[in-house]
Amino acid sequence: MSESSLLKIEDLTFSFRTYGGVVKAVRGVSFEVNAGETVGIVGESGCGKSVTAQCILKLNPEPPGFFEKGSIQYHGEEIITKSDKEMRKIRGMEIGFIFQDPMTSLNPTMRIGKQIEEVFASHPEISKKERKERAIEILKMVGINDVERRYMQYPHELSGGMKQRVMIARALVGNPSIVIADEPTTSLDVTIEAQILDLLKKLQKELGTAIIFITHDLGVIAKLCDRVVVMYGGKIVESGMVRDIFYQTGHPYTNGLLNSVPRLDLSRDVKLVPIQGTPPDLFSPPVGCPFAARCEYAMKVCREEMPPEFELSEGHYCACWLRHPNAPEIQLTRF
Amino acid sequence: MAKYILKRLAVSIVTLFVLITVVFVLVRVMPGDPFTGEKITPEIKANLEAYYGFDKPLPVQYFTYVGNLLKGEFGYSMKFMNRSVGDIIALSFPYSFDLGMRALTLSISLGLIFGILAARNRGKKLDLFCVVVAILGTSIPDFIMGALLQYVFGIEWGLLPVAQYLGFQYTILPSIALGFYTLAMVSRMMRASMLEVISQDYIKTAKSDGISNLRIVWRHQIRNAIMPVVTMLGPVVAATLTGTFVIESIFAIPGMGKYYVESVQNLDYSLVLGMTVFFGSVMIFANFLVDILYGIIDPRIRLGGK
Repeated sequence: MSESSLLKIEDLTFSFRTYGGVVKAVRGVSFEVNAGETVGIVGESGCGKSVTAQCILKLNPEPPGFFEKGSIQYHGEEIITKSDKEMRKIRGMEIGFIFQDPMTSLNPTMRIGKQIEEVFASHPEISKKERKERAIEILKMVGINDVERRYMQYPHELSGGMKQRVMIARALVGNPSIVIADEPTTSLDVTIEAQILDLLKKLQKELGTAIIFITHDLGVIAKLCDRVVVMYGGKIVESGMVRDIFYQTGHPYTNGLLNSVPRLDLSRDVKLVPIQGTPPDLFSPPVGCPFAARCEYAMKVCREEMPPEFELSEGHYCACWLRHPNAPEIQLTRF
Repeated sequence: MAKYILKRLAVSIVTLFVLITVVFVLVRVMPGDPFTGEKITPEIKANLEAYYGFDKPLPVQYFTYVGNLLKGEFGYSMKFMNRSVGDIIALSFPYSFDLGMRALTLSISLGLIFGILAARNRGKKLDLFCVVVAILGTSIPDFIMGALLQYVFGIEWGLLPVAQYLGFQYTILPSIALGFYTLAMVSRMMRASMLEVISQDYIKTAKSDGISNLRIVWRHQIRNAIMPVVTMLGPVVAATLTGTFVIESIFAIPGMGKYYVESVQNLDYSLVLGMTVFFGSVMIFANFLVDILYGIIDPRIRLGGK
């Protein structure tokens, strides 16, 4: 655990009470984020990545959601026990949040400028004039042209890409030390996506903000992140530096994800390999490895006991029985 | 905006003329006529008809009426001798308007507050209370409500006067009786609309900005949720302001409602027409205000150029 870690999440367990029972959305997730780095969280829909991210700012509705155990420490301070009033100081100013869909994430009846300035609403020490200056400055930084006019416009007068730029501006205007981006490019088309990713990369360099980037797109991870956390069934199955994950893949699930990404360097005849089956039911998650039911390498032990984390190389962890010293040597199939 | 207002005005005038024409024809085809009674002999009737111009062909009467209307003359009542329709409206409308304004202020403000509180506290006791109020309000007819209020506050407890319209304490019971239905509708609609807004993405965005719940409600939720209520208000405002027969009868208030109903019963042609035109104008004006309000509340429906 390094000194510079800004955010330290340990054994985070978050569930939702529903009519059908308790959904264990996040089951013992641990990772940390250091100042200025980009951590990617990757996984398929429903794997708990968004819930994990929203736990950091306590944005999940409680109830029905509740923290079962674990801790989230920001600058050494526990987040989970903080009151809503204390959280307000952290939201926006310390940790910013960029949501997935810019079309619905901006208030349709409020001017762009005012929405960005909302971040300062709980901070009366910042004057009106300064608020506007900072809003204008950040709008320029995120690449919005004709800023004075845009400041007075409403969301419907902007394109999707522009709206996401505004969302980014809103997340960054309080100069937070961490920005959580929850699939910020999923609802944009590919050319705009590339622009937004470049913008995030540029802003990070300029502002030194750490980014937690949530996505299901490994291509985006490769482009943007330093480290990656791969989640499956509410758990982290593999984590490490981007190159380790891509080239020294430890977990069959990560391997499956990599195999299902289209590649330009392969011949046309090579088909994409989907991961068969469906994710586990989180009402009653399996006792063993959550991926065992879909894993082509699954052994008896995989279904009976949750694998511990094995360190494959420095900083590269993998929760898979195949990495146990006594496990048979298996080469993961790559295409 | 100016262009839009002009366009609306033109449409309003056309609407009003269609209304006049339809009502003019409809009252005439109703069976009977205004001049019936034991004392009215055929000669008197002929005189009266000549006096009011009923002996002329219908189209002539129609154009005479419209011509007078353009001069601002509504004609004379056929039942209330020697009183012009304009006088009757001028005397009775202020009572209806005053009562209506009180009822609307009460019902819209309380309705909105109830709706917002209910939505914010969904599933809790406060929500249940508001829902019960809404059900009572929409299901109890106003004459029962009025009689109930009179009985409890006027007779049992002797707190408030039960009839006439002479001062503030006289206005309380009829305002409540008149506004209760609207209150219930507004609160029900606001609750539903707020619940929809609460689950919107931009509310989560606002939360992630670190702003207080009160500010989220005030700056982000209400403005987005109030649209359906505003839509409903146009006709409701017009109907409430121009008087209601039932409440005015129960509380003995000399408002427009009584005249309106009686004019139809008496087949008082000019009074029916005059009142309808007046009511129509108020309705059109109220809807016009609602349209302007739309644009102020939601920038997405602001109309053509600035």
